[in-house]
Amino acid sequence: MTKRGIALALPLALVFGATVAAPSQAADTEITWLVDNGQANQDAANALIAAYEKANPGNKVTLVLRPGGTDGDNLVKTKLATGSMEDVFTYNSGSLFQALAPSKNLLEMTNEPFMKNVLSGFYPVVSVGKKVYGVPFGTASVGGILYNKKVYAKLKLKIPTTWAEFMANNKKIKAAGIDPVIQSYKETWTSQLFVLADYFNVQAAYPNFAADYTANKEKYAKNKVALRGFQYIEENKKLNYFNRDYASTTYAQALDKLALGQGAHYPMATWAIPQIAAQQPANLEDVGFFAQPGPKASVNGVTVWVPSGTYIPAATKNAAAAKKFVGWMTSAKAVDVMNGVEGFAGGPYYIKGANIPNALPGAVQDVMKYFAKNATAPALEFVSPIKGPNLEKILVEVGLGITTAAKAAAAYDADVVKQAKQLGLKGW
Amino acid sequence: MSKAKQSKIKNPYSYALVAPIGIIFAIFFVIPTIVSFFFSMTRWTLFDWEFVGFENFVQYFKEASLAIGFKNTLIYGVVTSGLKVIFGLALALLLTGRLRAKGFLRSVVYFPVLVSTIGVGFTFSILMDPNYGAINKAIVAFGKTIGWETYGPGWLVDPNLLPLFSVAFVDVWKGVGIATVLYMAGLASIPQEYYEALAVDGGGAWDKFRNITLPLVRPATAAVVILSFIGGLRSFDLIWAMTNGGPGFLSDVIASINYKQYQAGFYGLATAGNVILLFFVLAIVGPVYWFFNKKEKQA
Repeated sequence: MTKRGIALALPLALVFGATVAAPSQAADTEITWLVDNGQANQDAANALIAAYEKANPGNKVTLVLRPGGTDGDNLVKTKLATGSMEDVFTYNSGSLFQALAPSKNLLEMTNEPFMKNVLSGFYPVVSVGKKVYGVPFGTASVGGILYNKKVYAKLKLKIPTTWAEFMANNKKIKAAGIDPVIQSYKETWTSQLFVLADYFNVQAAYPNFAADYTANKEKYAKNKVALRGFQYIEENKKLNYFNRDYASTTYAQALDKLALGQGAHYPMATWAIPQIAAQQPANLEDVGFFAQPGPKASVNGVTVWVPSGTYIPAATKNAAAAKKFVGWMTSAKAVDVMNGVEGFAGGPYYIKGANIPNALPGAVQDVMKYFAKNATAPALEFVSPIKGPNLEKILVEVGLGITTAAKAAAAYDADVVKQAKQLGLKGW
Repeated sequence: MSKAKQSKIKNPYSYALVAPIGIIFAIFFVIPTIVSFFFSMTRWTLFDWEFVGFENFVQYFKEASLAIGFKNTLIYGVVTSGLKVIFGLALALLLTGRLRAKGFLRSVVYFPVLVSTIGVGFTFSILMDPNYGAINKAIVAFGKTIGWETYGPGWLVDPNLLPLFSVAFVDVWKGVGIATVLYMAGLASIPQEYYEALAVDGGGAWDKFRNITLPLVRPATAAVVILSFIGGLRSFDLIWAMTNGGPGFLSDVIASINYKQYQAGFYGLATAGNVILLFFVLAIVGPVYWFFNKKEKQA
């Protein structure tokens, strides 16, 4: 090849290499599976693959990892758009799933026999119309308030069932020289829990909120109940209830503060529990959970983050082997394997007959009580395709006192318009 | 030389010789630019697109943080290029003077230029951490020695401190080496005879600087200002590594706003933002370039 030829071919190969590279031509029992690189998910995926390969000799599954967060979103979309997606992939359900153009990119699973193993409550978050595209991966997470039990015991506090009781507790905690509420704005996503985990209370007051919100009829700034989550942050900021260094605290530091009792409350979801177990194993049992309280004690429940889904891209060349593997993941055996992964189960599976282990951390046991009472609601992002990208930054502004709750809610309503337009929803 | 005359001069290279780079230029620069103009007018999800005319531009100008972005982009460009002129010239004067270990000191000044921007950003965001960072620990320790209980400032997180200036300071630290080198070249090209003439007339050090050095390094000043101003206007990596545009939107610049649109999957909208950024930079740099070129010819 001449030098000029090389100069031309090299960049072209870089551009087209990704799409031209043919999948390996080995037996079609060899498939790939894309999972995000969160430690708990990685561990569970490896355990599942090992068990599957053992039970099905000749079937090989190769794990491929991807970043989480928005980088992961873009990677998944790019892979689907260029036809280079792995044979099986795990990704969020709900609003993020809707953004994948499922009817174009994913293999329909509605009539697969293994869908009978999946609880019908999971169907809506992985469906377009009546067509179902995924099976659940892992357990649900639950948003609310993680609290330090030792602080509560020392100050003789009671679990609050109304917001007023919660704030009264905060006052006593502050007087005792402990930070009442931990915030961790170095990682902006953590700022959202007061708003997102309040959705149980919103839908209790307005059962139609999600539908009206999607149809551009309800707004955070307009609806007094929806606005409360924003005001909760503002109120705590005004009373100086956050830890002093909250503007630069990381998620990991916040979990340490909670487990060690330097802070009493951390609005968070149960996905934090495996990480507390890893960071502060000796203090894991000092952490408990209660639902984010609303105005009335009679309305008290938790907001649920439905598990991610596992999907098959329409472009896969190994559809049969992929379906076999995905189907196996809904089996009782697969649930056993996931239960064997320490710290993985943090709430219910959406699989029929699946039980979570008996020896659970105390905080997860607290969570399960709300499921037993049926006091749960899915988070808004699972019942509406709309979630604006800037909520976390807008809430940081409220928490830092840069803006007010009312202005922030209006700013978020404007932010959401972009997402709705992008999805081509009616009425926007 | 007029444009008409210019085009009549025969190209000294054959087309066969320039064709390869021409094709690469077309594939990687011309076509993407044209394509981006197109996609800026679509709603584009990567999976399909829909032509929406100028709706993206309308939506983009409604962006709440856009006003902050434009303001910050300008402030950042002005502050960093201004400080680079001042420190670059001062360092160049120092390093071209009589000095021991001149070579070593020159490499010390230039060294930060060679380090990865992201690495510098992460390092400084750790140094500037209000609790655990070395800077605030030093301030707190110093405060104790003079009996003053203090809690160091939140360099990157305190909304009252304008975190953008902390980032601009790091940008200057990292980029001043290039300005220094440009100024050293500019200083070296000033004929010694001028200084000798001034010495004969009895001028002091300040006269030397004011009347000879400063006017005659104007070409270097022009290069430093334009380079660092363009760099400041399109700056993104350092800001992203240090603050992610935060807290909230306080240190957002246009490029970081665009990046967040891509992150959110609003590809058409983000592309429209980049088209706007292109025209914004052209609109500002054009006059600056013209101004310095004009002055240069007069001088």
